[in-house]
Amino acid sequence: MLEQLEGSQAIARTVAACRPEVISAYPISPQTHIVEGLSDLVRAGDLAPCEYLMVESEFGAMSACIGASAAGARAYTATASQGLLYMAEALYNASGLGLPIVMTLANRAIGAPINIWNDHSDAMSQRDSGWIQLYAETNQEAADLHVQAFRLAERISLPVMVCMDGFILTHAYEEVDVPSPERVDAYLPPFEPRQVLDPDEPVTIGAMVGPEAFTEVRYLMHAKQLEALDLIPSIAGEFESAFGRRSGGLVRGYRIEDAETVVIALGSVLGTIEEVVDELREQGVRIGALAIKCFRPWPSQEIRAALSDVGRVIVLEKAFAVGAGGIVGQNVRLALGGGARIHDVIGGLGGRPITRRSLRTLLEDVLADRLEPRLLHFLDLDHDVVERELERLRRGGRPGPHAENIVRELGIVAARPH
Amino acid sequence: MAEQPVKHYQVGTFVIGNRLLDPDQRSVQARMERSNTLTSGHRACRGCGEALGARYALDAAMRATGGSVIAANATGCLEVFSTPFPESSWQLPWIHSLFGNAPAVAAGMAAAMKAKGREEVRVVGQAGDGGTVDIGLACLSGMFERNDDVLFICYDNEGYMNTGVQRSGATPPAARTANTKPVGSEPGNAFGQGKSVPLIAMAHEIPYVATATVAELRDLEAKVERAMELRGARYIHAFVPCPLGWGSASEDTIKLARLAKETGLFPVFAAEGGEVTAVSKIRRRTPVVEYLRPQRRFAHLFRPEENREVIDRIQAGADRNIARFGLIDGEGSGDV
Amino acid sequence: MFGVRIHGRGGQGVVTAAELLSVAAFDEGRHAQAFPTFGSERTGAPVVSFCRIDDRPIRVREPIAEPDALIVQDPTLLHQVDLFSGLGANAYVLINSSRGIAELGLAELSGRFRRERLLTVPATALAREHVGRPLPNAVLLGGFAALAGVVSIDAVAAAIRGRFPGPVGEANVAGAEAAGGYVRGEVGGLVGA
Repeated sequence: MLEQLEGSQAIARTVAACRPEVISAYPISPQTHIVEGLSDLVRAGDLAPCEYLMVESEFGAMSACIGASAAGARAYTATASQGLLYMAEALYNASGLGLPIVMTLANRAIGAPINIWNDHSDAMSQRDSGWIQLYAETNQEAADLHVQAFRLAERISLPVMVCMDGFILTHAYEEVDVPSPERVDAYLPPFEPRQVLDPDEPVTIGAMVGPEAFTEVRYLMHAKQLEALDLIPSIAGEFESAFGRRSGGLVRGYRIEDAETVVIALGSVLGTIEEVVDELREQGVRIGALAIKCFRPWPSQEIRAALSDVGRVIVLEKAFAVGAGGIVGQNVRLALGGGARIHDVIGGLGGRPITRRSLRTLLEDVLADRLEPRLLHFLDLDHDVVERELERLRRGGRPGPHAENIVRELGIVAARPH
Repeated sequence: MAEQPVKHYQVGTFVIGNRLLDPDQRSVQARMERSNTLTSGHRACRGCGEALGARYALDAAMRATGGSVIAANATGCLEVFSTPFPESSWQLPWIHSLFGNAPAVAAGMAAAMKAKGREEVRVVGQAGDGGTVDIGLACLSGMFERNDDVLFICYDNEGYMNTGVQRSGATPPAARTANTKPVGSEPGNAFGQGKSVPLIAMAHEIPYVATATVAELRDLEAKVERAMELRGARYIHAFVPCPLGWGSASEDTIKLARLAKETGLFPVFAAEGGEVTAVSKIRRRTPVVEYLRPQRRFAHLFRPEENREVIDRIQAGADRNIARFGLIDGEGSGDV
Repeated sequence: MFGVRIHGRGGQGVVTAAELLSVAAFDEGRHAQAFPTFGSERTGAPVVSFCRIDDRPIRVREPIAEPDALIVQDPTLLHQVDLFSGLGANAYVLINSSRGIAELGLAELSGRFRRERLLTVPATALAREHVGRPLPNAVLLGGFAALAGVVSIDAVAAAIRGRFPGPVGEANVAGAEAAGGYVRGEVGGLVGA
């Protein structure tokens, strides 16, 4: 049944429908409404049996999930930004141990400068942590992906991170058909752990592995992720049969059949991109969009297949490798090899809105060959401000903190319309 | 109980498993059905106090629960020497996750058991002093304040022995470690630093806090048994000499543990709900010199000549413990 | 697509207002999307929220730069924040104040917008009267429903009741209906004049 509700509440109710037995979380914006909602459901007895641990840190949150999952419980947590970094050591541990924990990541920028708004720096920083990373375009998809994530994680014994844009999705009120507990029960079988701490059958989990076997153990992680490339579409297909709507999968093309130019992106910005694609299509431009739903494992073949006849690709991403370039862009190059002209565009950092107007300007520049493909391009970058700050640096002395200088220069007023 | 008749020539000893005592009072190690939780074949050093303490503590926990224990272990010597892949010395379900998270992992395990309605399965977390007093302290404090149903045991050998004997927050003053060498004007570890995690644990007013040493293994066992009678967060801080890190003879492990207690340097006590309920009195008051001299980590206090000033400061610390915990009748208030 | 921008201060229910509006539109069979200018704003700081209403599913996620309607919950923002940015000549403007447009020093606005779409409503006073607290957000929505007609007052009332069951909701509904009546009277007067 469709309801108009906040994204975070939709996630809390969906996660509850998946019947986690242990939830362990530490508050951080913009994840808070999700875990508050779950805390309410546990306290009211609507989600039972379930233990909710209010831990002392994100490191503790992931660690408690590790213990719970190893003890055979379905375990869940949620975090964002700094919290993800604070649990980084435990993230690698969870994937290395092959524990099927599911986590919501309410994507948010990483400081300094401290910034609570959306981008993908947090998720991208952990792209090599061994977690499967799924990206939601809407709150409906975010909800659906959680149901699929538990099923995927437990089928393959790997942890899964469901990435949803912080504030843009978590705090947006829109229509969602929250998966009902009955349908989730039919779709998601009970957790059958591959390894479990049980006094009846003692096992040692997490033993030290030396050079003689470490490569093989790590290779197995890679092999399992590659296996996930086959599993994710089939799990999404089964979800569609069970729930009657398409969510998830590896990639999704929008008007790419005859496209000469394709914009690639992850997450909630796809909707805005589609609007601009439609506007340009009306002007006769052969353009489309490709949503990457699953960033880890990297669906190289699917991307290559989707873009086989495309001459120009714009990778619009909300994070970048400082001093190197685009992150998704590098992966797209890996998938495509030579051939297409690829533009790396960084946008939406720290919550800066990606507007239709900016996108149109960008795409018109690309279509008119005004954008140099080898350079990293920053959407809506205020070059004047940057130049003035660089000049201040060149003057030597003690120019002070960049962030303070720039904010003072812009004279930022709280809550401008946008 | 299955008994093995053994002919004894020693009487009154407390170190052969107390087989002359009534069966109920005997050490768990005196029983044929002991669980050998940390079984032989592991790779600890000769005279390792931690291996001894862990074996006694976990076997006691196993006996107290009918073999229904699962354990979380921090990174450290105990983890490394017990589980070189593909071998494991653990005969109970055991997980090693990270260095600083064993209390949180254990809390998650306890939560899982509660959610699954298997509360007869008890959870023990364990770590060395580094994993407890330093890198694991935030998770430990969280586990305490939430009163998670976990017994956490710290095996304190007063330093980072696994990484080559560096200073920890449990290293005593004046001790030489790899990064507190006896050079400069104040040789060895500084005075006025470090912390008492047993007292920090008591400040959380958890159901049970106790200290013990491997010199009195029946006492350690009894404390584990008491801990397993209770629910909620429980903490045992076990003093375990390290021949490698301390530069002591491997046959002196028990002796040094006893001297630590008899000098007053390591007070042995138990507390319930934040209040001290029992103190192990000093049987024979011993000057700290007797404890310090056999350890190469304190050799610089005796060569080229005895450094009386530093030794006196260490003695003053021991005397303060004696007064503070009432370790000798008639000396001090005993008000912790 | 109809876009609404709501300005107020932290603690005045600016975000809740947008959410309620989206629920009202959803209940009337439309598609709606409400979201705040997400911030760590504390009580009293300027806050903005948005609501899009459409007959088709809403895909766009950017803030509403050119709204079709503006609701100002706190008139003390009038000379601090660029409230009227992006508003077209046909936009609706509803300001919470017991004073008139001219009294607020906004006479020049009268030329910029259609007069019958530019109104003040004493929402704080109505909230005090009906709710017992100076919380103008739900009350203003009643005025907005009467002014713009994109959602009905009944849908607004249902959304308020859904969010605040019991006496609090009823009191807010009463305030909203009073604001609706006030606005209808004002508009009628302006059209008649």
